[in-house]
Amino acid sequence: MRLKRLFAPPPGDLGLTTWRNEEPSSDGDYSRRFDNPVKQVHIMSILLNKSSRIIVQGITGSEGSFHAEQCHKYGNNVVGGVTPGKGGQKAIDDTVPVFNHCQEAREATGANVSLIFVPAPFAADAIKEAAEAGIELIICITEGIPVNDMVQAVSYVRSRGVRLIGPNCPGLLTPDEAKAGIMPGHIARKGSVGVISKSGTLTYEAVHQLVAEGLGQSTCVGIGGDPIIGTTMIDLIGLFEDDPETDAILLIGEIGGQMEIEASRYVKEHARKQVFGFIAGRTAPPGRRMGHAGAIVSGADESAAAKMAIMRDCGICVVESPADLGATIKTKLA
Amino acid sequence: MKVHEYQAAKLLRTHGVPTPAGYLVEKEDDIGDTVQRVQKDFNTTAVVVKAQIHAGGRGKGGGVKFCRDAVAARENASRILGMQLKTPQTSAEGQLVRKLYVTEAMDIDQEFYLAITLDRSREQYVLIASSEGGVEIEEIAEHSPGKIIKEYIDPVFGLQPFQSYRVALKLGLSGSALKQAKILIKKLFSAYLKTDASLAEINPLVRTKQGELIALDAKFNFDDNALYRQQEIAAMRDEFEEDPAEVEASKFNLNYIKLCGTVGCMVNGAGLAMATMDIIKLKGGEPANFLDVGGGANVDTVKNGFRIILADKSVTAVLINIFGGIVRCDRVANGIVQAVRELNLDVPVVVRLEGTNAEEAKRILADSGVSIIPATTLNDAAEKVVRAATG
Repeated sequence: MRLKRLFAPPPGDLGLTTWRNEEPSSDGDYSRRFDNPVKQVHIMSILLNKSSRIIVQGITGSEGSFHAEQCHKYGNNVVGGVTPGKGGQKAIDDTVPVFNHCQEAREATGANVSLIFVPAPFAADAIKEAAEAGIELIICITEGIPVNDMVQAVSYVRSRGVRLIGPNCPGLLTPDEAKAGIMPGHIARKGSVGVISKSGTLTYEAVHQLVAEGLGQSTCVGIGGDPIIGTTMIDLIGLFEDDPETDAILLIGEIGGQMEIEASRYVKEHARKQVFGFIAGRTAPPGRRMGHAGAIVSGADESAAAKMAIMRDCGICVVESPADLGATIKTKLA
Repeated sequence: MKVHEYQAAKLLRTHGVPTPAGYLVEKEDDIGDTVQRVQKDFNTTAVVVKAQIHAGGRGKGGGVKFCRDAVAARENASRILGMQLKTPQTSAEGQLVRKLYVTEAMDIDQEFYLAITLDRSREQYVLIASSEGGVEIEEIAEHSPGKIIKEYIDPVFGLQPFQSYRVALKLGLSGSALKQAKILIKKLFSAYLKTDASLAEINPLVRTKQGELIALDAKFNFDDNALYRQQEIAAMRDEFEEDPAEVEASKFNLNYIKLCGTVGCMVNGAGLAMATMDIIKLKGGEPANFLDVGGGANVDTVKNGFRIILADKSVTAVLINIFGGIVRCDRVANGIVQAVRELNLDVPVVVRLEGTNAEEAKRILADSGVSIIPATTLNDAAEKVVRAATG
């Protein structure tokens, strides 16, 4: 099959190859996307943009089918779905083909993004399957995956050189371009603030405040609230730093773990763009898990106050009140 | 999920880690008999009586007693069983002791600390050990950080024999004790993985005067997400150790945590729920709880949420903060109106609905005639509810 040959990556490529934003040439040749195999060009619209080709794993389930349709309505770029045993069926009003496994889906559709709604007991396997098929960007929405499964899955994903966002996250949204996740697309506007968040609805709140102040977003990324996640704040700050469409970065963290602290140190060393930060959970009692599996203060430096202090020390503009996210950024950027 | 020490000890024994032998006692009347059985079955005169509650620091609160003989054991057991045990980790009123673990006493030569948990940043398991056993690891970290040994375990390849050897050596062990430690560490890691634990801690691990390594006290925490495949562990849950309101909430799939303030809150999403608590505090109020009602806030979720929040008699006002993304605010508004009508509430309720169809939702609330205080922004909502709560 011609497509199969064209989609085979060049020798030595681990899947980190940048996919150019170009449409295929008139003869349907996608191979041009594989040029520049060594240097990675970090542009947010590369992580997710108009030409992303999305498959949805778990597309025939209730969550999967609903959100696949929402994503397709937003960016018109859901090219297929995967549900074991349902290969040959069609999803999203009989418009999108369903495959039995990811490899088949990738070969037939040229997908480079997979969005996962597979139930928790099987989700880690779904992540590994997508990675093995060479899907460059895997976004796992599923909540409740055992930590031991995720430790294995993250290690597997890293060894294949592909990127995982989540799990237990709302996914990605590049306003006016594409959506791969469950964020309500209509609340966002295209603009220059990059949003990185551990939370779902708090991200919507932040986006809503930004839009109310006339500020749009380059991309909104929900990284997830689990103890083990595929893409950290540092990874994304790096991507936003290199993205010409992004002028400022908003980091929304919460209690638990060291990620915000590590991100703050990275910002101090490397960031040139203005970074804003908020940490949820200053009223959370120590030792209690606040909804998210990872939101638990298990050390003195994992509290909201400690994280905010470190952020401040590292030059991040810390927003004290969750009601002032939009207004603060508006004032500082003016 | 947490379990009691006697359950953790049983798990360790199942996986081949030696622990003191003992029996559980739950009734005052059984104390004498249990003490006698421990003495007879395990060939010992001295026993240890240990309160079984989920909080740590039991010894500091007088919940763990070494007893020279049966008389002392019966005395201590009667006193501890049924007491409100206060430790640095319990609330001020303490925790009711409903179970006692009576074990054989050991001749202790040396105490160590040994634990396995997850290092989130490294995405690896970490084995933590110290020759300063018997005290909290946080204390060791503060006073003698140099005495904490860490060994990272690759999740793909697992614990390697050289790693167990290295830890045993760094603990200062040699000869038979070193050999025992190598095996014990391997078995502890196996127990950690097989039970989907998030923490497996032996503190102290002791070397007895007879030269045996024994897990004198054990603590296991488990990954809630893995309980579906750990039936035996899930069955160990002791609901008496949890807040009754939290147990009740979990039956309705609501994520509720009780705090000590007066402003009840009902929010969709964990991050926004925390942020809502934070802003209540910033505006001078005190949140009474954390409550995440999840994605779909319908009539039933709102009603159950109200019931659970208002079971806490210190609540003087409630804030509902819903950001409608996929869920439409007009539907949430209808749910709230119906719930408020049916429940006949006697505290002020501030409602803030934002996002999809928010305008329509505001109209529904205004037209309903139920006494709800509408709010626009997060700031507005927090100010209004704090004012309402403080009367």
